[in-house]
Amino acid sequence: MDPLAAIRETFFQECEEQLAELESGLLAMEGGDQDPETINAVFRAVHSIKGGAGAFSLEALIRFAHVFETALDEMRSGRLAASSDVLKSMLRAADVLADLVRAAHRGDEAEHPLAATLAEELRTMSGAAGVDDESEEDWGDFEFQPMAAAVDAPEAPPAPTGFLVKFKPRTDLYAKANEAALLLRELTRLGVAEVELDAHDVPPLSELDPEAAYLSWTITLTGDADEISIREVFEFVDGDCELDVTPLAGESASPAGGDAFDLSALLARVQGDAPAEAAPEAEAPPAAFDPIPEPVATAPVAKPPAPIAAPPAANEAAEGQAAGGPRKTEAGATIRVDLDRVDRLIDLVGELVINQAVLAQRVMEAGLARASAVAMGLDELEQLTREIQDSVMAIRAQPVKSVFQRMPRLVREVAAMTGKPVRLVTEGEGTEVDKTVIERLADPLTHMIRNAIDHGLESPEKRAAAGKPAEGVVRLSAAHRSGRIVIEVSDDGGGINRERVKGIAIEKGLISAEATLSDEEIDNLIFMPGFSTAAEVSDISGRGVGMDVVRRSIQALGGRITISSKPGKGSTFTMSLPLTLAVLDGMVVSVQGQTLVAPITAIVETLQPKAADVHSLGGHARVISIRGGFVPLIDVGMALGYRREPLPATQGVALLIEGEGGARAALLCDAIQGQRQVVIKSLEANYRQVPGVAAATILGDGRVALILDIDTIVAVSRGEMRKAG
Amino acid sequence: MNQITSQSGQNHAGGMRELISFRIGAQEFCVDIMAIREIRGWTAATALPQSPSFVKGVINLRGAVLPIVDLASRLGFESTEASDRNVIIVAQIGEQVVGLLVDAVSDILTITDDMIQPTPDVASETAKTFVRGLIPMEGRMISLIGLERVLPDMELEAA
Repeated sequence: MDPLAAIRETFFQECEEQLAELESGLLAMEGGDQDPETINAVFRAVHSIKGGAGAFSLEALIRFAHVFETALDEMRSGRLAASSDVLKSMLRAADVLADLVRAAHRGDEAEHPLAATLAEELRTMSGAAGVDDESEEDWGDFEFQPMAAAVDAPEAPPAPTGFLVKFKPRTDLYAKANEAALLLRELTRLGVAEVELDAHDVPPLSELDPEAAYLSWTITLTGDADEISIREVFEFVDGDCELDVTPLAGESASPAGGDAFDLSALLARVQGDAPAEAAPEAEAPPAAFDPIPEPVATAPVAKPPAPIAAPPAANEAAEGQAAGGPRKTEAGATIRVDLDRVDRLIDLVGELVINQAVLAQRVMEAGLARASAVAMGLDELEQLTREIQDSVMAIRAQPVKSVFQRMPRLVREVAAMTGKPVRLVTEGEGTEVDKTVIERLADPLTHMIRNAIDHGLESPEKRAAAGKPAEGVVRLSAAHRSGRIVIEVSDDGGGINRERVKGIAIEKGLISAEATLSDEEIDNLIFMPGFSTAAEVSDISGRGVGMDVVRRSIQALGGRITISSKPGKGSTFTMSLPLTLAVLDGMVVSVQGQTLVAPITAIVETLQPKAADVHSLGGHARVISIRGGFVPLIDVGMALGYRREPLPATQGVALLIEGEGGARAALLCDAIQGQRQVVIKSLEANYRQVPGVAAATILGDGRVALILDIDTIVAVSRGEMRKAG
Repeated sequence: MNQITSQSGQNHAGGMRELISFRIGAQEFCVDIMAIREIRGWTAATALPQSPSFVKGVINLRGAVLPIVDLASRLGFESTEASDRNVIIVAQIGEQVVGLLVDAVSDILTITDDMIQPTPDVASETAKTFVRGLIPMEGRMISLIGLERVLPDMELEAA
């Protein structure tokens, strides 16, 4: 990737963060948050996006962000009241802004259908608050196209003029992780700048506080920029610096020159005052002094004078500001690490865990007493290994917030489409789960939320008739429970209409008309493939897919989904997912002397077949009757080719499983060894895919065990049955 | 070990190369030492379903799942009844790591390219597939084996 593309990528990544901040800020304000810091954060988010977009000349984005920013500025200054209507428009504007960012990311130039309307709405807002919108507009364009702007700017004076900017950061400016160099660089975008450094205040090294600010700059800016745009550069450091902007006399664009900084004088002072201890004592400055050329006074700004100025704190924050916009720093230092490295580490720790288990088993086999020093040392090793594993998994863990924060927008859209007022309540956003799981959570969640609004909530009239508030509530929550993450989507709607569900299931031939089903069984019918209660496929939750797709994707993650519903009170969907995809909960079984692992998520129950329940269909095909229904009985040993003659059903144990699409089958094994969490290992890495085998794992005895691919086994044996019949 | 061993570790220049030789039944074979990662004792393998008979199964090699190929069976000899006396040669074949089950590893040979005689034109497909040349050594004959097509899926691709 070329460097510019990499920066662009970073910009879009940071845009996503800013958009999230923008949305959560607006939502907080809608919820009654009146903290001025919130509106500031919202404003900063839009401003940063605009700034970054300017750097990449993303015109559509700049235009919209500018209008948005103007309206937010009105609100920030108190001229525009943060009423509920205004905030609703702003939330929609935030959605459009997000779309524009993503379109720009794709390189999509198409007009956004809503951009013009919302921009107009925002303009009206700012206009209503008493601002001359037109002129705002002009200097806005002006700011980000300094080269071409002279034509558009009616008030631009004919001859190049300029300003003398005196800028003296206070220590606070750096402490808030701002960076003087970036501000100066920003300033150079406005025109031709000559920057002079004033280092008179720098004390002798022995008295120097590395965290303190001593430097100030005098910038002579010539060009078409006006005072407002200059002041805007320093907007976020307002109050943390002394800033003085005075127009140049007009005739002169030359450096003021008076208080230019003489580096050699300073160096002489440094050497004189602190001859010996200079190097060890000064932590940041020595290295920083090096790159400054001798005639420092008129060094062009393209070579940022930052190194001299930046105290350690600013250095750390510099990376985070790559998009050009200052933003709040988080508590606690973070680093960005290549995901591959983390993955490799997780793999290695997985091997360590297996190895530790093997060792423990060997020690047991060697007959050493539990109290022996070796066994006790091993216990400690086990504890340590577990801790390492947990800590390593925590590196890749992320809060579910990254998925949850996409949902408010979805709710707004679906609410607008269905005409149902909806409030989304989220809980437990900080709950952490492995990144690999998070990535695959968005689709099922989106579907479930759509479903909750479209099918779960009643129309406002019905709600009123039932004595409920018009606004429906959809609740999205996450929590850790016994080593898994549990995510719930609930609505306060009418609950599942069981009569109707059953009627549809019968009509579609999913169940027989005589079947007697418990309430719970009826509720779970909505997960059957081909089931959809909506009379016609709606644009919102229809799309030709149903809850069966949701369940399939949850199962693919090794999760389970259940529903509970109370008539008149609403429904709750509960998903339970593993915290990581690197391990799997398995049922360890033996078949013809081989040890195999079946994913526990697919297993509904285990049973001991009775001779009377098993019926032969000719050939090796058999079915077993379970509570009146017949499901195929598949001999795992036969399916995998471990034996030629089927095991008599009564000598084995059957696992009743439910594969993709809800098809049931009973897998006949020789015996069940137990339940265990296993680390998933690829078989393809050194060999190839094997039909009927999903992956491999290594058990406590150090041997490889195969993890069954239940769906393939069912499909294959079904094909054989068809051939046999 | 004999004097040939003592020559090992010398320079590779001038077409010199090192081979590792092993026994399968009464036959002697060798492969390029650069392809060999390690040599280890036999451990029971987990059988793989739907696999050719020469794939003995998979074993755990420090956390990686390693397929074991019975080289005797692969080369068209009678398949090996693996026991503790057998040896697994762990070889790198392209991106993959594979274990080769053999009877015993006998020697490291240092030879020059001109010592390798071309395989005579024989009818056996197996010979054509795997044998890259013959090396006469103290009255014995050692077949130089190419490992590229030891695994079954490569065979499928070729078919």
